[in-house]
Amino acid sequence: MTNHWRDIQNADLILIAGANPAECHPVGFRWFMEAKKRGAKMIHIDPRFTRTSAVSDVYARIRTGTDAAFFGALINYVLQNDLHQKDYVARYTNAALIVKEGFGFKDGLFTGFDGSDPKNPKYDTSTWNYELDDQSFAKTDPTLQNPRSVFQLLKTHYSRYTPEMQASITGIPVDQFMQIAKLVGEMGRPDKVMTLVYAVGLTHHTTGAQMIRSAALLQLILGNMGLPGGGMNAERGHANIQGNTDNAISWENLPGYLGIPRPGQKTIDDYIKATAPKKLRPDSWNYLGTNYRNFLVSLLKAWYGDAATKDNDFAFNYIPKPAGNSSWLTIFNQAYTGKMQGYFALGMSPVSIGPDVNRIIESLKKLKWLVIMDPFPNTTSEFWHAPGVDPKTVGTEVFMLPATHWIEKDGSFTNSGRWAQWKEAAVGPSGEARHDHWILAELFLKVRELYQKEGGKFPDPILNMTMNYKNPLRPEMDEIAQEINGFDLTKKERVAGFAVLKDDGTTASGNWIYAGSYPQTLNGQPVGKGGLMARQGTEDPTGMGYFHNWAWSWPANRRVLYNRASADGDGNPWNPKKPGIKWDADKKSWVGDVPDYPATMDPKDPKAWLPFIMTGEGTARLFSTTLMADGPFPEHYEPMESPIANPLHPQVQNSPMVMLYDGVKDTFGTAKEFPFVATTYRLTEHEHYLTQWVEHLVKLQPEPFVEIPLDVAKDKGIQSGDMVRVWNKRGKIEVRALVTGRLGALDLEGRKVYQIGIPIHWGFVGLAAEQNKDKAKYWLVNALSPYVGDVGARTPEFKSYQVNLEKISSGKPV
Amino acid sequence: MNTLSRRSFLKVGAAAGAGAASVTALGFDTAQAKSIKQNFKISDTKEVFSICPYCAVGCATIAYVKNNEIVQIEGNPKSPINQGTLCPKGASNHQLAISNRRMLKPLYRAANATEWKEVSWDFMMEKLARNVKDARDSSFVTNDSAGNPVNRTEGIGFAGGATISNEEGYLTAKVMRSLGAVYVEQQART
Repeated sequence: MTNHWRDIQNADLILIAGANPAECHPVGFRWFMEAKKRGAKMIHIDPRFTRTSAVSDVYARIRTGTDAAFFGALINYVLQNDLHQKDYVARYTNAALIVKEGFGFKDGLFTGFDGSDPKNPKYDTSTWNYELDDQSFAKTDPTLQNPRSVFQLLKTHYSRYTPEMQASITGIPVDQFMQIAKLVGEMGRPDKVMTLVYAVGLTHHTTGAQMIRSAALLQLILGNMGLPGGGMNAERGHANIQGNTDNAISWENLPGYLGIPRPGQKTIDDYIKATAPKKLRPDSWNYLGTNYRNFLVSLLKAWYGDAATKDNDFAFNYIPKPAGNSSWLTIFNQAYTGKMQGYFALGMSPVSIGPDVNRIIESLKKLKWLVIMDPFPNTTSEFWHAPGVDPKTVGTEVFMLPATHWIEKDGSFTNSGRWAQWKEAAVGPSGEARHDHWILAELFLKVRELYQKEGGKFPDPILNMTMNYKNPLRPEMDEIAQEINGFDLTKKERVAGFAVLKDDGTTASGNWIYAGSYPQTLNGQPVGKGGLMARQGTEDPTGMGYFHNWAWSWPANRRVLYNRASADGDGNPWNPKKPGIKWDADKKSWVGDVPDYPATMDPKDPKAWLPFIMTGEGTARLFSTTLMADGPFPEHYEPMESPIANPLHPQVQNSPMVMLYDGVKDTFGTAKEFPFVATTYRLTEHEHYLTQWVEHLVKLQPEPFVEIPLDVAKDKGIQSGDMVRVWNKRGKIEVRALVTGRLGALDLEGRKVYQIGIPIHWGFVGLAAEQNKDKAKYWLVNALSPYVGDVGARTPEFKSYQVNLEKISSGKPV
Repeated sequence: MNTLSRRSFLKVGAAAGAGAASVTALGFDTAQAKSIKQNFKISDTKEVFSICPYCAVGCATIAYVKNNEIVQIEGNPKSPINQGTLCPKGASNHQLAISNRRMLKPLYRAANATEWKEVSWDFMMEKLARNVKDARDSSFVTNDSAGNPVNRTEGIGFAGGATISNEEGYLTAKVMRSLGAVYVEQQART
C-alpha cells in the first residue's frame, strides 16, 4: 500500500477492484466503513457479489481479467470530459515530457515488436523513451499541447476505450459504467480524494501488472497519489508477505528493491549504470539514482563484512547473476525439465498453490531432494504418497523439518500498510521444532564447514558471509533486526536512517528501506529490543490516523508514500481539511506526516526539487519508459483462455509478450469445449491452506464447493448440495455445488457468458481431508489453473480460465 | 507493560456490570459469577504482545501465558489498526497456537520409500549439508556462455517466507544468495 489501513478512513470515494476486503480482510475493512460513516461512497468491481458488494453504493459485475479495459475507459472518460486534476497532471506527472519520434501503437502492438521467434517474443524498446536535449534532459511542453507529449499520447491511446467498448469487454453495462464514471470523475477536484484498493484479483493474470498500472494512471490523472485517503493500496494476503518482499525473497531483487545484478554487469559501475534511475530534469533530485551505490555497498558490507573492500569492488562478484526470469513458474519448469536438484519450501505448499498442480507434482518427482520447513504437514510434504501416487515410483528424497510458528518466536511482521510491528515470543518451541532462521543458520554453517574441509566451487561468498551473532548457530531476531537497520562502522553505532549510508565501506545496512527502524538513540534515549518497531504509542496529534509512535513504517516512518504530492506548488495541502504534509513558513519546515521531501526545503525556492524525489523525472510516470515488458501504456489483452475475441484488436488476442513454457500450449482449451469462465478466491474462515489444521475453522467451512449461477444450475439440473465435477484439459475437481444469485450472466455484445466461482482452501491434507479420504483426492482447485503468468512478474493466471461442469450425484439440500 | 492491562479493564467492566445487575431467580448474581469465571481464565497469566499470523492487516493480539502454556489469545485494544477486534480467523489464533497436529520431530523419507522415518536433527543437517554442497558444486556456473562472470547455482531452488518474520526472511535471502541461488521466491506471486 502507498497508504495504510487506518488511512482509508480519509477517503471520499473507495474504489475496490479484484478484492473482497469485507470477507478477506475483515478487520481492515472497519476503516472502509469508518470512511462511509464520514460520508464516503464505495464502489465494488468484482465477478462475484460479496459482502463487500453488499455494503457498497455501486456493485458492478465484471468479467474476470478485463480490469485494464474498465480502468482504461475511466481514464478516457476523465480526459474526454476534462475532469483531471490539471495542476497535478501538468507538474506532478510526466504528462509534459516529449516522447521520441517513431513511438507509436497500432493494432494491439507498440513499436518495436519482434514476434519472429514465438518462444521468445521481444520488444525493441528504443522508441519507448523521451526526446532528450543536449544535456540529456527530457524535453518538455508545459502546455501539454505537443502531439508527442505524454499527455496527448495518453489521450490518444485511451480514446479507443469508450463506454461501449469497455461494455463489450468487461460486461459492465454502459449506463452502470456511466454511473461509476461520474462518481470517479468528481475525484479530480483538488479537494476530493479516492482510494483504490485491490488484491490478487488484479495480480493473478497474464496482464496483472498492466491492470494495476492502469488503475495507478487513473489515480495520477485524478491527482490522488500521495494524498491521505488516496493512493494505490494492495491488500496483502499473508502476515509478512510485505516484509519478505521488502527483504527480497524474490528472484529479481536484493533487499530494499535494489535490482538483482544481471550477466554482463561485471562491476558495481556497470550495475549502477544499468540499474539506477537517471536524472532526466534539471530540477529532479533523483534521490534513488543518486544513492543507489550507497545502498548497494552498505548491503554488501552487511553481508560480507571485512571481505568486502574497495579493492575487490566490495565483493560485488559474490552476488549470483540469473540468466533470465527465475520466478515461481520458472523454478518448477526447471524442476519439470530435470534441471533442478533440490528445492526448499518454507511455509508454503506448491502442490496446493499450483498452477496446474499435476504438472507441479510431476516436477517434484524429478527432484533429487525436497526440503519442507513447516509447523504442519502439507500437500507438498505428503506429495510422494498423495492419492493416486505410488511412493515406490517417486525417487525424491524428502526432508520434513518441523519449524516453530509465529507465537513461539519474536521478530517483526510488516503489514500491507508497511507498518513493521515487533512481536514477542509467548512460549518456547513445541517438541523438537526449531526456528526457521536457526535451521538455515545451522545448515549454512555445516555447508561452510564442508567447503573449509574439502574446498569446492567458488567458496568465497560461503566462507566470507558474516555471521556476527553471539551464537552463530542460534542468531537472535534482535541481532538480525539491528543488522537490517545497519551500522556506522567507524562509530560502531546503529545508523539513524538511510540518508547517512555511504559507498566507501564505512557503513553497513542489510536493507536500506528499514534503516531507521532501529536507531542507536531516539530523542537522546537509547533504543531497546525490537527498535522502533516495538513502540506502542497510541497518540494521533494530527487526527489523520498516522500514529507515528505505533510501531514503525518504511521508509523513515512515513505513513503515506509520495506525500509531497499532497500539497500544491506552494506547499499548501490540496485539501486543507485533510493535510498530508504542509509547508510551515514560520518554522521553515514541512509539518504533518514524515515528508517525502527534504524536511526544510522551501517549496517556493526556485531551486526546490520536483515532487517525486525517487524518479529520474522528478514526477510520477504516466508513460513508463523501461519498466514494463509489454508497453509504456497499459493495454487490454484477453486471458490466455477466454470466451471472446479481443474486441480492441482480434488479431492480437493475448499479450504479445506472454512466455509459454514447453508443453503448456497443449494444456489450453477453447471456450467451445469449456464454456464457463472460472475464477478463484478465499473465504473469511480460512487462510490459504494452513487453516485446514484449525478445528474451529474447519467446522465453519468444512468442505470445498463451487459457486454456480442460477441459470447454469437450472440448465444442468444442479441443486445446492449436489456433487459436481468441474474440469478442463489440465485436471478436475469434484466438490459440492452452491447455487447462487451472487454470480450471474454477463452480456457481451448480446451473448450471455457465465462465470463460476471456486474457493481455494482444500486439498488432500488436513482435518477435513482426513474425514473425507476418498473425496479429497479431487479437492485441489489449482488442478485447473493454467501454467502461464504475467508477462513481467510471471504471477500465474490463477484468476481467469475456462472450465466445463456437470452434475455427478444428488446431495442433501443445503 | 501496559498502564491499563486487559485484566484490570475486565475487572472494572465486571464491577460496573455487577452494580447494575439485580439478583436473579437463581438467588445469586450471574454477572458476578461470570466475572469470576473470566478472571480465573486469565488470572496469573503473563501478557505477551503478538500479531495475528493470517492476513496482512496486522492485527495486534495479546497472548495470555501461564506455565509456558498459552491460555488465550485476544485482540489488543491498544492497536490503532484493530482496536481489540479480530475476525473469525484471528479469533482462532489460540487454537492454531496449541494445535496437537503440529510436526514435532524431523521426518525423513528416502528415495522410493513408502514411509516416513523419525530421525535426529543431526542426521538431517549432515545429510542436507552434503546435498546442498553436491548440488551447488555440480550445478555452479562461473561464467555464462557469453563469458560473463555469473557465479550462480542453478540446481537449488527456494521458495517461502510469507509468514516468517523480517529477520528470518532477511537471513534467508542472505544465505540463499551467498549459496549462489538465483531461483529464490516467496508467496508474493501466488
